[in-house]
Amino acid sequence: MKVTINGKGKDIKKGVTVTEVLKTENVKMPDMVSVQLNDEFVDRNNFSSTVLKENDKIDFLYFMGGGNIGF
Amino acid sequence: MDFSEDQIERYSRHIILSEVGVEGQEKLLNSKILIIGTGGLGAPAAMYLAAAGVGTLGLVDGDVVDLSNLQRQIIHQTKDVGKPKVQSGKETINKLNPDVNVITYNELVNSNNILDIIKDQDYDFIIDGTDNFPAKFLINDACVFSKKPFSNGGIIRFQGQLTTYIPDNGTPCYRCIFQSPPPANVVPSCREAGVLGVMGGIIGTLQATEALKYILKIGSNLAGYLLTYDAIKMEFRKIKVSKNKSCKVCGDHPTIKKLIDYKQAACDLKTEKSSK
Repeated sequence: MKVTINGKGKDIKKGVTVTEVLKTENVKMPDMVSVQLNDEFVDRNNFSSTVLKENDKIDFLYFMGGGNIGF
Repeated sequence: MDFSEDQIERYSRHIILSEVGVEGQEKLLNSKILIIGTGGLGAPAAMYLAAAGVGTLGLVDGDVVDLSNLQRQIIHQTKDVGKPKVQSGKETINKLNPDVNVITYNELVNSNNILDIIKDQDYDFIIDGTDNFPAKFLINDACVFSKKPFSNGGIIRFQGQLTTYIPDNGTPCYRCIFQSPPPANVVPSCREAGVLGVMGGIIGTLQATEALKYILKIGSNLAGYLLTYDAIKMEFRKIKVSKNKSCKVCGDHPTIKKLIDYKQAACDLKTEKSSK
């Protein structure tokens, strides 16, 4: 099914959760990422139970410090 | 306010802009901007705001200039190593533009001092130029509590991003996006971090642009957006971000009523080196 990940169209299989899509998109540190699904933030505790649907728009937003520490 | 001949010449490229003009330049000279952190982000922001003729610039930093700062923190010079960063910053600004009144706060922000610092000059706009998550959440909450607009910026490696918070505007705060600081054990060590020096210049200057446009009331800003920059791919992306109803500080049922001092082990390259 078609979804938009970080602004780019992608074809992914059905029934994929947010946790799984973070893996397939090679997000190395999922703890450092905030997820917005169709313009609404997904609670971190619900990543593994939130299933993507056709035409969903998902964005990964990264924690960023100032160069000394950070992600 | 009467401009001197020198001022008319100094700010001529601003005054000639129809969106700024004499009136806008007057607004800038009467404005007060607080910059928290005079490092990678704060240094370039401070220099452009000073050059632009922002009348009062507050600088907050409790660190001293380190040789490893000079790769990106352009407000400080080799001769300044060992000097408090706010003092070094003030000296550079005074040389750049005598119109600017620099107020220095030689301390790191915490839950006991931040509201007083913001109130000290009743600053119009705040720039978060800090490098750590406890400070970023503290600044966010303090600005939400005191209803102050601010620009949040972050840089790491070849990446940077920024967003703007405008109070009473229905726009999301930093905590709407990032709920709470990441657990300390997932934050990688310095050896995995690092930053290309120009990143602070790019993002810090964009933060300064947000501040100037807010004072001048021109155009649109990054309230409700996160602008990300990837220097490797040379790509900017403007992501719409929404207010989070369950945000603990500005959501429908806020539970955070007091400022929080989060603990996060600061990463120090020197300590890492000597501990090897």
